[in-house]
Amino acid sequence: MNAFDLQIVTPDGMLFDGKAQKIILRTTEGDVGILAKHSNYVAALSIGVAKVVTEDGEKTAACSGGMVSVTDGVVRVVASTFEWSDDIDIARAEKAKEKAETRLESTKASDFEHKLAEIKLKKALIRLRVSSKN
Amino acid sequence: MPSMKAIKNRIKSVENTRQITKAMQLVATSKMRKAKERIEESRPFFETLSQALSDISRSVSDFSSPFTQEKKEGKACHIVIAGDRGLAGGYNNNLFKSLDYKDGDVIFPIGKKVVEYFGKKDVTFFTTEYQIAADVKISDCNSIGQALADAFEKGEFTSLDIYYTGFVNVLSQVPASKEILPLAPSDDGEKKKALIEYDPSPEAVFAKIIPHYISGIIYGGVCESIASELSARRTAMENATDNAGEIIDSLSLTYNRARQAAITQELTEIVAGSQN
Repeated sequence: MNAFDLQIVTPDGMLFDGKAQKIILRTTEGDVGILAKHSNYVAALSIGVAKVVTEDGEKTAACSGGMVSVTDGVVRVVASTFEWSDDIDIARAEKAKEKAETRLESTKASDFEHKLAEIKLKKALIRLRVSSKN
Repeated sequence: MPSMKAIKNRIKSVENTRQITKAMQLVATSKMRKAKERIEESRPFFETLSQALSDISRSVSDFSSPFTQEKKEGKACHIVIAGDRGLAGGYNNNLFKSLDYKDGDVIFPIGKKVVEYFGKKDVTFFTTEYQIAADVKISDCNSIGQALADAFEKGEFTSLDIYYTGFVNVLSQVPASKEILPLAPSDDGEKKKALIEYDPSPEAVFAKIIPHYISGIIYGGVCESIASELSARRTAMENATDNAGEIIDSLSLTYNRARQAAITQELTEIVAGSQN
């Protein structure tokens, strides 16, 4: 299978810089798969599972926010958070999930807090889903 | 000549000061190491993001988005990142000297010293929520980026730039500035008509990406500034410690001279007394 250059960066550092054969990402419009020789492309990312296929196999990650761009065959994923399935802190995600759920149930929270809690819950659920696949 | 007791007291007080500056130097050194690591981790993100955005803005003429229109007359918003504390040599002052702002502009202060500096000036603060530069995390930057992008879209200001201190190396920190909005198409020679497919539309993608872009730049600026502040403080404290050492040396010399003089005088008096 043809390979392409892939870079994955977050504010915490460069997480991947090398050749990949396929990457599947959740954009704001839905899941998008990118193969080698993709045309120039830009999309914003939403919260979801990302899959990267390299020569050594397939890896999954929890990804949220940011963008993906393809320019002249180089794929760049610039994400707010991107955690490989083995790096996820399950205990922390569980705790975040509980916290978000209690916040969503309470009637006192404002609309903004409600929205925030929803996002937090979504992130936590994605993290748990990715880590349970191991 | 001051009395021996007075000199002794001064030596003691300078010694105390030296102890404090030495401690501050050591603290700044160890914190700086961490800050430097943080810069190195965040730099690829910063660079990739800028690279991607400049690629996109090259084909910016294809569509109109509030973020890419040409600069209009109106208020500007400046993000200013400086320190929370003094005692860091010229760190805060150098940055303030490099500022270019007009009366009535909006300031987004990060760092306590910025709030103090603009306190009596004719500017409005966007928010003073992020006063402690050392505590600003990436999640804070995300909400700042969103807030600033929203305000820009609403027309609260017509341009956005950032002032921070770039970390060159341990000995050199340079005040720097960067224009963030509106996104100007880069003028590197002929305009390459890069055909880019946007999903779903350029406007929608831009609206989503711009807040991230702003937050990325702010985070990078904060990381650089903090490392700069710490190394400026380290250098300032190192100098202070050295100076204290010099003062102690010269004071000890004066003290020894005074002691010698007192002994000589006593001897002269004894000798004079025995001759009588």
